[in-house]
Amino acid sequence: MITKLKPALRGLVPLGTVLLLSGCSGLDLLDPRGPVGLEERNVLLLEFAIMMCIVVPTIVLTIYYAWKYRASNTSAEYLPNWSHSNKIEVAIWGIPTLIIFVLGIISYDTTHRLDPYRPLSPAVAGTKPALNVEVVALDWKWMFIYPDQGIATINQLAIPTNTQISFRITSDTVMNSFFIPRLGSMIYAMAGMQTQLHLLASQSGDYLGESSQFSGRGFSDMKFRTLAMDDSEFNAWVDKVRASSDTLDSNDYSKYAAPSEAAPVQYFSHVQPGLFEGIIAKYNNGMVIDKSTGKVMHMQSAMSDMQMKE
Amino acid sequence: MLGKLTWSAIPIDVPILVGTFVGVAIAGIAVLGLVTYYGKWGYLWREWLTSVDHKRLGAMYIILAVVMLFRGFADAIMMRTQLALAYAGNPGYLPPHHYDQIFSAHGTIMIFFMAMAFMTGLLNIAVPLQIGARDVAFPFLNSLSFWMTAISAILINVSLFVGEFSQCGWLAYPPLSESQFSPGVGVDYYIWAVQLSGVGTLLTGVNFFTTIVKMRAPGMTWMRLPVFTWTAFVTTILIMVSFPILTVTLGMLGLDRYFGMHFFTNDGGGNQMLYLSMIWAWGHPEVYILVIPAFGVFSEVVSTFSGKPLFGYKTMVYATCSIGVLSFVVWVHHFFTMGAGANVNTFFGIATMIIAVPTGVKIFNWLFTMYKGRVQMHASMWWTLGFMITFSIGGMTGVMMAMPAADWLVHNSLFLIAHFHNVIIGGVYFGYIAGLNYWFPKVFGFKLNEKWGIRSFWCWFVGFYLAFIPLYVLGFMGMSRRMNHYDNPDWYPWMLVAEAGAILIMVGIACMLVQIYVSIRDRALPENVDLTGDPWNGRTLEWSISSPPPAYNFAVVPTVYGLDAFHHDKELGRQGTHKEFEPIHMPKNTAAGVFVGAFSFLLGFGAIWYIWWLAAISMLGIIVTVIMRSANTDIDYYVPVSEIEHNEAEQSRRLVAQAAE
Repeated sequence: MITKLKPALRGLVPLGTVLLLSGCSGLDLLDPRGPVGLEERNVLLLEFAIMMCIVVPTIVLTIYYAWKYRASNTSAEYLPNWSHSNKIEVAIWGIPTLIIFVLGIISYDTTHRLDPYRPLSPAVAGTKPALNVEVVALDWKWMFIYPDQGIATINQLAIPTNTQISFRITSDTVMNSFFIPRLGSMIYAMAGMQTQLHLLASQSGDYLGESSQFSGRGFSDMKFRTLAMDDSEFNAWVDKVRASSDTLDSNDYSKYAAPSEAAPVQYFSHVQPGLFEGIIAKYNNGMVIDKSTGKVMHMQSAMSDMQMKE
Repeated sequence: MLGKLTWSAIPIDVPILVGTFVGVAIAGIAVLGLVTYYGKWGYLWREWLTSVDHKRLGAMYIILAVVMLFRGFADAIMMRTQLALAYAGNPGYLPPHHYDQIFSAHGTIMIFFMAMAFMTGLLNIAVPLQIGARDVAFPFLNSLSFWMTAISAILINVSLFVGEFSQCGWLAYPPLSESQFSPGVGVDYYIWAVQLSGVGTLLTGVNFFTTIVKMRAPGMTWMRLPVFTWTAFVTTILIMVSFPILTVTLGMLGLDRYFGMHFFTNDGGGNQMLYLSMIWAWGHPEVYILVIPAFGVFSEVVSTFSGKPLFGYKTMVYATCSIGVLSFVVWVHHFFTMGAGANVNTFFGIATMIIAVPTGVKIFNWLFTMYKGRVQMHASMWWTLGFMITFSIGGMTGVMMAMPAADWLVHNSLFLIAHFHNVIIGGVYFGYIAGLNYWFPKVFGFKLNEKWGIRSFWCWFVGFYLAFIPLYVLGFMGMSRRMNHYDNPDWYPWMLVAEAGAILIMVGIACMLVQIYVSIRDRALPENVDLTGDPWNGRTLEWSISSPPPAYNFAVVPTVYGLDAFHHDKELGRQGTHKEFEPIHMPKNTAAGVFVGAFSFLLGFGAIWYIWWLAAISMLGIIVTVIMRSANTDIDYYVPVSEIEHNEAEQSRRLVAQAAE
């Protein structure tokens, strides 16, 4: 049923978009640059359209009845003891139930399909291998580690377009939420844990990235630029980062992780392998789960090397 | 000696706070001076502060709520002004340290001390009168509840001038609220203020639950219970089930902070996700605790002013009960972005959407109550219509966010802020003000001014849309909540519109103050004074007695023969059927509640500042007061028949005089 329903309902979506977009600019969520954001926007607008079918008549009827049955209008019918009608009862329970039933099916479908932990399907992401990025929320900046390239940055995320990005996200401070409005789904970053997120940028551009979970004094400036670029530009960017004189290992990690506000962009030409796992492991007695195998890894050095914040 | 408390805790370097302190001090001295000048201290103490009369406690709750509304709104307009200024490099006038306290205080005060106090006030005023009872089941506990709420409100406001308030938002998520990240006293103020007021709320829940179960007039079966009382009943159940969760959660956070435990810390095996789960297991029922009685008010108002019984009374009762049950199985929708599996998210998403069904049914019930009625546009009816329109929109955005895939986009954005203000202002606040306009004459014996009430409504109604539609738009622009400054030029104009909306709401609050002033000034005018006790041609028992009612409410406990008992009595001419009066057993006023409250305040203050001797003495004070109160057997009296006869004759004379006009 859902497959028959969807094309028809999707037809409504562009119309709504046009209406909402006319006159305002900067509506990032309604003008996404990747398939995840696009699907989620469509869900949002589809819900809006379905709900309007019941909200608009309700508001109109409220105003109409209050006007028609105003006390001064003695020509309107007055039934001082009328308080029950089976027909109306069936309608007022039935119509909302039906709407919620439809929305429930959409909810089941999209929650599973767009689950942030689930890699994007090849139909959406193509066959290009995913780029792994490890994200660490710090006070009050974002650290991005590219484990396959062996580089890292602070407050700048470069990604190749039309390539699935597989994020693993943690925090070395309080709870934050990792969010790039143009690309879709946000997810929390929590110390000692790793959350996962899969996004894809289908157009190149420079997009806002931010924390959407309040994290203290420097929260308002805890943002980064997401630079989506084609493969050759991305490779050039990687080379640029590799040319940096700074490197990142567990000895000087704590220097960069120390609290700072409105931190500038920084590049690290080399990252000690396993740094990300170490950051998680230091909150778990040196243990971390390898998400690809599901096995527990012991990071013996984690506790001693990275000076746990007390 | 004074623990952490030093002179540096007094923020004399913050001009806004110094100014506020001067203002509060002048107003406080003026009030105290006036009471002294008119020699009213004895009256105030005997008749109000130590009162166990539910009507007076109700009035005091609402006065507290209105004062807290001013405080909470002052916070709100400061935030809006900050964001209308702090753009493109301008830091605004509130540095993060101050701004973060303001948004934390705004939420905490509006929910715990404005909305909860207002709700409890309305319950106090209306429930015993609607069920034909002479007081609540435990009158002393009622006084104690009020004082626990009042002193907590004072405690939270003391944080303005002594130390600082929490900078962690109204729910103080750890690990930010742990001592590692928030070493100051702010979070301790939050914990103690909320915990102490929670004692009052829990006791209110127990008290009104017992009252409704045990003290209904003869003949008032469950399906003859007025709708407001039904909603109060469901709310008391939600309070009794959910508030202990809050107490435990904040207690665990307190153990972390005071004793270095690790329930919610990053390290030592703590788990912040547990806190989120627990706080929202309370937090979601909490919003229904607030809004369900508002639904009750709308049901009473729309039926009275349409001159018809409520459409689908039974449906309304079932819908209320099902909302009550469902409110406990939706809490995960507050953290769909925490990484739960798809099945978990789907379950809680759909459960949340299902709540929209009984809520929608309620809206239609009010709609069909107006249908074929005679709708009088009283001020409380304006608030009701404004609610039906606004709440429909707020419900819609709520259902939108109940879909996890959509929530992943708008969670924690200004869209969320707009949504819950849409339901809290449009549902809860509009409902309570409708209730205030509706029951005011019952408590004070004169009506509130209509003209200013309707002006206040229009300012709030239009102001709400001006202030919050921009926040929906900003949510779509990707703006997070709780930002102190920003540099996106697209956001700026919307922030200015929101500021204009906040100013219009301020005018609405001013109109309400003028309304109260004008009503008191003109209270003796014949069109304002409520001689009959039934100014709106009401349908339920509270309108069958004089306004204000005598302390014992009902000279003779009424017998109930159907729903809308008073309406049927009027139709059948059953009024004034005299029975023999008997002496009425009533509770005596007591100062025990005031003392327990005062000691609790000192206990909280001592614990916040680590002044342990003060905390210990206060704890001892509480225990001694409770023992003294328990050992006191002189707690009741009988109202003599002569006094009842005198009051009744007085009321009959007023009714005859009114009929003669």
